[in-house]
Order: sequence, then structure tokens, then C-alpha cells
Amino acid sequence: MKKLNIFVFIAALLFGLTATAEAQITEKPEYGKFAITGATIHTVTNGTIEGGIILIDGEKIVQVGQNAKITPDYKQIDATGKHVYPGFIDSWTALGLVEVSAVAVTVDNRELGQFNPHMFAFTAFNPHSASVPVTRVSGVTTVLSHPSSGTIAGKAAVMDLWGYSPDSMAVKKSGALVMSLPSSGGGGWWDNRSEKEIKEQYERQIKAINDFIDKAHFYNQMMNAYEANSSGKTKPDFDPRMDAMREVLSGDVPIVISVNREKAILDAIEWIKSHENMNFVFEGVQEGWRVADEIAEAGIPVLTTTLYTPGRDYDNYKRPYENPGLMAEAGVKVAIVSNDTENSRNAPFEAGYAAAYGLGKEEAIKALTINPAEIFGVDHIIGSLEAGKQANLFISDGDPLEPMTNIEHVFIKGFKIPMTSRHTQLYDEFLNRDAVNE
Amino acid sequence: MKKLIILFVFVAFGFTAEAQEKGSVLIQNATVISITDGDLEDTDVLIRDGVIQEIGKDLRAPRGVETVDATGKYLMPGIIDAHSHLNGVDINEGRNVVTAEVTMEESVDPNDVGIYHALAGGATTIHLMHGSANVIGGQGETLKLRYGVSQEGMKFEDAPRTIKFALGENPTRVHGQGNGVQPRTRMGVEQVIRGHFDEALDYKRKREAYLSAKEQYDRRGRGTPPVPVAENLRFEVLNDIIEGEILVHCHSYRSDEILMLMRVFNDYGVENYTFQHANEAFKVAPELAKNGAHTSVFSDWWAYKFEVYYSTAYNASILNANGVINSINSDNNQLLRTLNHEASKVVRYGNTTVNDALKMITLHPAIQLGIDDRVGSIEEGKDGDVVVWSGHPFSIYSKAEMTFVDGKKYFDLENDPDDMRIQINPGTDFEDGSNYREIVSSRDEDACMQDAFILFQN
Repeated sequence: MKKLNIFVFIAALLFGLTATAEAQITEKPEYGKFAITGATIHTVTNGTIEGGIILIDGEKIVQVGQNAKITPDYKQIDATGKHVYPGFIDSWTALGLVEVSAVAVTVDNRELGQFNPHMFAFTAFNPHSASVPVTRVSGVTTVLSHPSSGTIAGKAAVMDLWGYSPDSMAVKKSGALVMSLPSSGGGGWWDNRSEKEIKEQYERQIKAINDFIDKAHFYNQMMNAYEANSSGKTKPDFDPRMDAMREVLSGDVPIVISVNREKAILDAIEWIKSHENMNFVFEGVQEGWRVADEIAEAGIPVLTTTLYTPGRDYDNYKRPYENPGLMAEAGVKVAIVSNDTENSRNAPFEAGYAAAYGLGKEEAIKALTINPAEIFGVDHIIGSLEAGKQANLFISDGDPLEPMTNIEHVFIKGFKIPMTSRHTQLYDEFLNRDAVNE
Repeated sequence: MKKLIILFVFVAFGFTAEAQEKGSVLIQNATVISITDGDLEDTDVLIRDGVIQEIGKDLRAPRGVETVDATGKYLMPGIIDAHSHLNGVDINEGRNVVTAEVTMEESVDPNDVGIYHALAGGATTIHLMHGSANVIGGQGETLKLRYGVSQEGMKFEDAPRTIKFALGENPTRVHGQGNGVQPRTRMGVEQVIRGHFDEALDYKRKREAYLSAKEQYDRRGRGTPPVPVAENLRFEVLNDIIEGEILVHCHSYRSDEILMLMRVFNDYGVENYTFQHANEAFKVAPELAKNGAHTSVFSDWWAYKFEVYYSTAYNASILNANGVINSINSDNNQLLRTLNHEASKVVRYGNTTVNDALKMITLHPAIQLGIDDRVGSIEEGKDGDVVVWSGHPFSIYSKAEMTFVDGKKYFDLENDPDDMRIQINPGTDFEDGSNYREIVSSRDEDACMQDAFILFQN
């Protein structure tokens, strides 16, 4: 009897959970052929088209232009007076990996260990995170979700924000390798190491990284040789860590290094010089404006943000806002990111500040679209409104960098997604809480 | 002798002038966002000796008063942040569940360069709060951002006293989980408040009985002296709360704990209180409206801890539609600099009118701090705390160009040097990272927990 009770209890609990999950998004997306007409189309790569037409067929954009023949099988969306932009890409977030950052069991972006190139954000990306719908209805259709711990944290993934599995959401499973370099400076008044000790420790940590990469090179050469001609050879033992480095060493997958201070940026540029054939990206880059020319010369693109207080008390409060513009002016390719999880949706406003303080609107939009797409090698799929690209786009009633602008429709991979999220659902439920059906 | 008197007068006057510097300025041809009387096109505002003297057209500058041509620009009241820890020296006295006797009064750093940064974002008044480690924390201090003036000089003169309460995860973690004392649960939080209120009332009865017995004894000068009941500052402050002399600002998130505190306050007759953060306030908006309780919320922060997981960026709009006086606060030094855009998100999420959203960073926080007779709108007779914006303050492209406090210009975009520190500590080294502030990535705390982490170390 007791057993039965427990069984009933568990069944009820499971039923309850299922019911809650289903209650999240009850509206279904639309999919098929769409014609968006009359809109100002911001293609990003081919200028702006007034009163243009976009045709979507399945997951792809099939036509973008002033004139297009719309056959009756296309469902028309009249967007006269509205604007169409490519879906925004927030290329630095823990969305999908972290549900509630203060609740440790919901935090899946920090694996133990120093060298974890074989950890994939893709694996732990929760398609049902409450933050996913909250983010996509704001026009952010794609994210680079990244792990962050140890020296090599793992691989970040480029993910679309519609789908029921990481497989159906992934634009690129291996978006980037996430790495951090040791600091060559001291750690403040509580740091009681001598200058010699600081230097030695730094060199020891750098050596550990170099050794790891050297070993990976060796493994890669060995595997390449075996794969080129395996006849009569013994297959080398598989090493998941080393194997995960192969696509990084070849330059196919970039390495993202988080650096903020001037010195850390310069140290990183110096270190990178001794690592040929690999692609590097800087993240954070708070003081990029101090060494913008050096970053540009090294050809390293950056992921950066604007809404933070300056690192040094004697710097002007405007510097964080101006930083993307100053770097872009020096010739650095800039992507603007949220550096947030549940509020990844605020990336456009970070870009708005950059636009207002020197970057300009057009470049700011690029910093949310084609630039991150190019940095992570997915620009043939997303990042602009072009025929043949995936239909990731949104329709807004104005400038999407302005907080008061409304995002009216969002398409992800051709799906016209329901404009609902936990936030809108709570609004609908509680605006007139005590109203009843007569 | 006469000379000496004149000298004395000069010294005395000079002293007052330094403590409370007030300015005069005529701002011309602006779109004046009055807050209480709509937007006034092409209008002049004359501030004399720190007070808005006249609002109208074609006003003439009195002799010696500077004029500012604000053609094509917007003038709005200085932004007020009802929840800040901007220049607090210490934030949490976290070693007791109730620390009502503690105040932020002496914990103000008047030289924090963040004050200047906030002025550059159009803010003129902040509510410097104690942290949220304790169920009943310390008393707050309402400050005008008079950068470069003394600790005393920053105080908002005659602003009502305030105090911080805190419900939910923060006090239960610090005390229950961290120190092994009640409260470990939301059940415990209620009893901590009720228990201390009851004790305070008992204390007051006994103290008053003792004082009157002592008075009688002193008057008569004979008989047995009464057994003394020592003065207890903590209980004195709790009685001041019950008697309505202190405005309660309560850190809270979940709707059930908001309802709990309203029940407790109704039982003890406490009125005029504001729920801070209050991410789930929208779930009990009718009850808040019925009790006349106020709320002060984030525009869109959510999901960084469990008690804000089931919340929505539409919170402020729902509260506003239900008639709750709500403000948008920062609780964060960066957000304080962009509160105008935080408020504009209230229009984005729920279509609140622009003027109602503007009220949430001006008049409403002023009401919540009991200073709405002085600030929060552009009206004749109110303080000259105003900001000139290059465009509408809700546009992301608009910049604060000038910020005035008491008619004195504390920020001017035309004259905006990099290093605005007042006090420079030669030991501060930004090169090696010891004092360098890295960008904070994904938050998992509110700033209210500053200084409290040490409590988790064992």
C-alpha cells in the first residue's frame, strides 16, 4: 500500500512537471513560405533597401530586393513602415549553460580541471532554459554560449535560439576554444608574493600552456601522418584532450582569450606571436582603446561590451562607451556582446552606447551581426540578409538599438516563432490578475 | 573692533557658503520635462540661489546670472536612485539579525569618483542604503550628489530617516545557513520581525515607566530610587519605525514574503514603506495598492538567484497599471549612470507611457524617500536639481550635457576631464591589477550583499 502511494505520488509529480513544461510555450511556430513586404531592409552586407521584399522558403532566405514576384503560396507579412534586420548574434554569453547562477546545481559552464578542450558547451546547452524564449523575442536569434573555468575551459558553441535539441539548434558545435592566460601582474595588497615569485609563477603557468599546445601539435602530426597513410602503421592511442585541439591547431576553430588590462592585452599579443596558424579572438578588452593599433596590427578581432565602469579610477567614464569605436577606427574587427546570461537580450543596447559614442549605427549593427558571424566562421549561414542564407531575422517598428523599439516578429531558421516567453506570459496572467470569465 | 566683527561675519558666512553652495542659472528654450505638468516646449527655467524661481517663456536673466541656451535640448529633473550603495564605505553590519541602531551616516565617502560618474549620467540624488544581510539592517542616508563637498555637505537636508529591512534568501543564508541562528527560513524571518517589535514595545513601556518614576523621584528627592532601565538604541529605533518616524525600505523578492511583511506592518500600524527589488511584486499588485505600499524595482534583472527566477521585465508596467507607486532603481554603480535607459525599458515592456516611466526615476523615488516637496519634478519652488540632455533622455543616443544640483553645475560635458578624482591614494596601482576593476560577468548577487561574504568562510 505504502509503495503504491509513493508510486502515485511520483506519477503525480511527473505529471505536474510535464504540465508545467508544456505550459511554457503553447503556441506553435509557423513554417513554410513567407513574403515580407514594404519594409526598410537592412541587409548589412548590401546596404539598405527601402520598401523591399524578402522571400523565405523553408529555412532559407530565397530573395532579397526591391522587386520580387510573390506567388500565391507565399504568406504575406505587410511590414510597411517597419524595419527588417538580420537576427542579432550575442557572441559571449552562458545562455543555456547557466539557469540560475546562484544555484550551483543549475550551473553547467564550469567543469573542473585546467585543460578541458574536450568539454563542449553544445552538450550542456539546455534548449528549454527559460532564458531562451526571453532572449529570442528581443531579436537576439543566435548566441555563442561559452564555458569558463581553468586555463582551457572548453568549446563554445554557436546556437540558434529555436529548437528542441542542441543538434537542431547548433549553427556550429565547435564555435571557439575558450582559454585564459595567466596574469603577469601582482594581485594587490593581499598578494604577498615577491616580484621574483610573481615572475616565476607566471612563467611556470605560461610554460604549462605552451607544453600542452606542443603536445597537441605532436599528437596532431602523428594523427595526420596516420590518416594520410595508415597502411602498415599502428593507430596511435586516442586522447580526447589532444584530439579536441586538432581543429584549433589547424585554425578552423578560433581561440578566445579573455583580456582586459592594457598589459594583459600586450602580453597576450606577444604570446600569440609564437603560435602560428591558429586564430585568436580577444574577449573583454576593456582597455583596447589604449593599444588599439597593436590589436589591429596583430589582426585579432574582439568581443566587447560597453556598460561597465572604467577599470581605473582616473579614466573618463566615457571610455567604456567609446572603446568599440576607437578599436574599430584603428582597424580592429569588433563584435558587441552582452557578457550576460539571462539578459543576453540587452546586447543591442550595449551596441547602442557604442553607436552613440563613436562607432556609429551602421558599424554597431555589424558588431551584432556579420562581424561575429565572420569571427566564428558562420557568415555563410547567418549574419546578413542575403539570398541563400538561413532565415534568421526580425521585424521591428524602429531602430533596434533603442530600448523603446518593439520587436514584432522573429524568424529563426525559417520558423516564425511565437512572441511569447516567461516574461510575456507572467504579464498576461498578472496585468489584471483578478479578472474572471463571466 | 568693527573690523573684527566684519571679519567674523565673513568667516561665518564663508563657512555656510562652503557647506551649502547654491547657484543661479537661467536655462533657455528647452523642452522642459516637468513630470507633473507635461512637457513644456520652448520654455525657460530660472534657478536662483538653488531654487527654481520661475518657469516660463522669454525670461530675463537677473544681473550676474549665467544663461544656458538649451534650444533643441531637453531639461528634466535630476534622476533619483532609491537604492544605491555608490559611495558607501561599509555596507553590511552582518553579525546580528537586527542592527537597527547602525546608520550609513558616517559610512559616506564624499570623494568617491563614482559620484562624478553618476552626475554624468544625470543623477542628482541617491538613497545610500545598508546591505541586506540582516532582517532589520541599518539606517540609510539620502544624499545629494554634491561632488567635492564634505560628508556632511552631501546630506539631503531634513530628508526623513530610512531603514533597510531584508527578507528571503539573503538573511536566511547569512544567519541561518552561515551562522546557524534563526532565521533559516521565511517562517523565521517573520518571527524575527515580530519578536523584535514586541521586545521593543515592552522596552518602551518599561523605559517610560522608569523615566516617569525617576522624574517623580528626582522631583520629590526622597523614597527608593527606581530600578534603572538602560537606554537601548536598537529598541529606540524600532519604536521610531512603529511610530512612523522612519521610512522602511525592504529588500524582498517573492510575493509571499511581501504579503507577510504587509500583514506584520498592519498589525503594528507601520505605514509608508517601500519594497525594494520586489521582483514578484506584480503578483500581488492589488494587495500592494490596497495597502498603499510602494515598490522600487529593477527594469529587467531576473534569474540570477532562485527567488527572482519566476519574474518578469513587465513587473514595473503591471505595478503601474495597478496603481502602485513604483520606482526604477540601480543598486549598481554602472546602472546608476544609465537609469534613464533602464526606465525607458518600462515603455518597452508593457507600454507604460513615457511620462509615467520618467516618474519612476524622478517623482516616485522622491515620494518613497519623503523628499517630493523638494525634488522629483520641475516646479517653481522646488530645488534646482536639473539635467540638460542633448535629446530625449529615453533615446540611447542622448547624452547628459549638464547636471545641476541646487542650481550649481556639477557636470558639464564640454568640460569633462578624464581624471576627476578628488583624493588620490599614491598606493593605488592600476597597472598590476590590484585596484583594477575587471568587467563583472554574469551576476549572481545584488550589491546588497557587499561585505557579507566573509560570513560564509567557515
